[in-house]
Amino acid sequence: MSDSKKKAQVDLSKDVQKDQSQILQKEMIRGNFDKLARADQNPDDKVVYTFVPGNLNELVHCFDVVGNYPEVNALQSAMQKKTGAYVMEAERSGQDEDVCTYVKADLGMMRRGNIGPSGQKVAEPDLLLLSYTGCFTFMKWFELLRHEYKCETTMLHVPYQGDGEITKHMRDYVVKQLKEETIPALERVSGVKFDIDRLRENLRESAKAEEDLVKVLETAKLRPSPIDSYFGAIYYVGPMFSAFRGTPEATAYYKTLWAEVEDRVKRGLGPVTPEGEMGEERYRLVVEGPPNYTSMRDFWKMFYDEGAVVVASTYTKVGGNYEFGFRHDPDNPLETLADYCFNCYTNYNLPQRTDMLEHYMDEYQADGLLINSIKSCNSFSAGQLLMMREIEKRTGKPAAFVETDLVDPRYFSASNVKNRLESYFQMIDQKRQAA
Amino acid sequence: MSTETIIERCEALHEDLYFTAAREWKDAAPGRHVIGHLPIYVPRELIHAAGMLPLGIYGGGDNMEVIQGDAYYQSYICRIPRSTMELALSGRLDFVEGMLFPSICDVIRNLSGVWKLTQPDVYVRYVDLPQNYKSEVGGSFYVEEMREVLAGLEGISGRKVTNDDLLNSIRVYNYNRDLVRKLYQSRVEKPWNIPVTEVYLLMRAGMVLPVEEHNEMLESYLVAASETERPQRDNTRVILNGLFCEQPPLGLIKSIELSGCYVVDDDFILINRWLRENVDDSGDALTNLSEAFLEYSVRTSATYEPERELKGQHLLESIKNSGAEGVIFSAPSFCDPALLEQPMLVDILDDHNIPNIQFKYAENTGQMQPIREQAGSFADSIKLWS
Ligand code: SF4
Ligand code: SF4
Repeated sequence: MSDSKKKAQVDLSKDVQKDQSQILQKEMIRGNFDKLARADQNPDDKVVYTFVPGNLNELVHCFDVVGNYPEVNALQSAMQKKTGAYVMEAERSGQDEDVCTYVKADLGMMRRGNIGPSGQKVAEPDLLLLSYTGCFTFMKWFELLRHEYKCETTMLHVPYQGDGEITKHMRDYVVKQLKEETIPALERVSGVKFDIDRLRENLRESAKAEEDLVKVLETAKLRPSPIDSYFGAIYYVGPMFSAFRGTPEATAYYKTLWAEVEDRVKRGLGPVTPEGEMGEERYRLVVEGPPNYTSMRDFWKMFYDEGAVVVASTYTKVGGNYEFGFRHDPDNPLETLADYCFNCYTNYNLPQRTDMLEHYMDEYQADGLLINSIKSCNSFSAGQLLMMREIEKRTGKPAAFVETDLVDPRYFSASNVKNRLESYFQMIDQKRQAA
Repeated sequence: MSTETIIERCEALHEDLYFTAAREWKDAAPGRHVIGHLPIYVPRELIHAAGMLPLGIYGGGDNMEVIQGDAYYQSYICRIPRSTMELALSGRLDFVEGMLFPSICDVIRNLSGVWKLTQPDVYVRYVDLPQNYKSEVGGSFYVEEMREVLAGLEGISGRKVTNDDLLNSIRVYNYNRDLVRKLYQSRVEKPWNIPVTEVYLLMRAGMVLPVEEHNEMLESYLVAASETERPQRDNTRVILNGLFCEQPPLGLIKSIELSGCYVVDDDFILINRWLRENVDDSGDALTNLSEAFLEYSVRTSATYEPERELKGQHLLESIKNSGAEGVIFSAPSFCDPALLEQPMLVDILDDHNIPNIQFKYAENTGQMQPIREQAGSFADSIKLWS
């Protein structure tokens, strides 16, 4: 066993606090699946399906309903290698091979009895809250679910930051929709009257958790970075991006997480990987695009085996971006929900996205940019080749492009991705030597 | 003028990827400007009222080799953005001073950003069409969107656009809508007299000509078509659905007709037929355009259908009104909007026992034979069994 591996085992066994945040998150997720399973048996428990980008969790929680996130189910099922069969099932029932595989994984899961990643039945929706933020496909996805479930659906149209700014009329439009469409729909379905003070309280909780999340993510500026901001941070953003933002549980989770990461910073440690602590930090990367979930472990291994750590990623901003100062604001409850939606990553225009990558490259002292382009996802992928060239031009650092899919195992070729990454790391070495 | 002469002109316009007609319009007088727009809908009245020429850009078709554009898009993204980039990178759009990108899908949405990064001298605007159809909600938002577009156009021309300018443009486009409706209605009545390729080419001509000239063209065509009687065949009446953005090659459209189908409705170049009724031409023009959008927009996969029960009803209505016997779903490869909509529409048609088939194309599809055979068997099976 190598020295670094031995060290990792020793450190991990000591690192009890790290486990604590993981345990908390597991409990939260399990708790929500339990609620969804109970709701399947109890018609009085109302279930709202919604999306990660533009999720209005603080608002949804005001109505005592149970939230379900089909994207989260899809990615968790992918990690359990179930989505290959779901996607095929959806294709057999008429979905085209070309379309977003998240949608197909969800439809396939539904056709096979809607058994979620926890192994429990996920209750059918009472309301589809179509927060149309940053992705066109969301609209068709919930129209397809509505077609199947014949349930109430409410649309929240969040304008795109086409000009890279949020104007008054964009904000007014979202606030009006919240008042006239979203809140009445939630009241109708739940039978609970909207209480703005309850919303303010939830927003206050969100802001606390957001503060801690930002602190965690910003530690990646250090050398060595104590976290991996892509593979690791996907877990860190889990509660924030799903059914828990705005709850005291989420606040407690982020407090615990921050304490653990702070401790790693004090001890000068690098990130923890599935095989223990990463060895020497050799490459610092910025990553654009979602990960591949069907072979996530293998994918991550290709990085940490080479000493590559991701110091910043855009995917971890897809369900909300807090690093440029935005926090949910209890004093402007509806406006802040609108602003939150505008600031989900795929709602940024391409120049904003490119500027953000450039900022990451500089602030996090990265050696290069890697784009994981997702076959399924037009929202992320269309325009990425230009973004890559822009970053190379602006920073003089090398960039690389790999192509995989989120949840369709047919589009993950381990050997291709590995070869591409190996030659990319060599390219970074050459650049360094030349410098 | 005969239909042949008119269609010859349309064909020449369709093939001309340097947009000579639009260039000539621009050069004919100083201070003229051309504003490009992508599918699916923008209120062209704004461009017209600003004294500018709207130029509909629908990709490069099957006659243009895409060389540079491929470096911008992965193989799993549809073709229209790469061929549109090719048009720009090869200088074919060098006379276009502004580009409007409507909210049809994420590919065209992101193309607006590609344009901003690669064409810094061009005015670029993403036009977010409302998906909420209440006057005081989506309507007010849309009015402000239009105001911002107008301000952008005024920035190019240096001239303020008045309410009267806008009302005048509404009138001109209302007349265009009348003529387009008449053309489609005439085709429903006598599809053998107005072939689908001719309708298509006439619609495409409207993308590159000044609306006044397009109006004259449509008037002449309607007169000429009414004076001609072409032989009637025992063809099957079908509707084409899913072709609203990336365009099929003309050969593909011809093949469908040659396979024994009369196309009696379609969703080509929807901008010409987006508003099913005319816009009020008195009062506040922007409010009128907004109200018309909320009330009269066609239903398509790029828009949200708020009422579950109404999903697909537009297609059923069109089948009823046009006497169609079947539907051919034909969508561009990798087109999420068309391909995700399709299974819902297929279900609805199946529930009503309306025959339908599906196939995919790209703007540069070269093999027409399989499509012709598929459409031919479809037409035959309808004749045989219905
Ligand atoms: S297109 Fe992309 S953002 Fe949209 S649902 Fe699919 S994976 Fe998610
Ligand atoms: S063909 Fe479809 S996916 Fe491609 S740009 Fe047009 S609407 Fe979007």
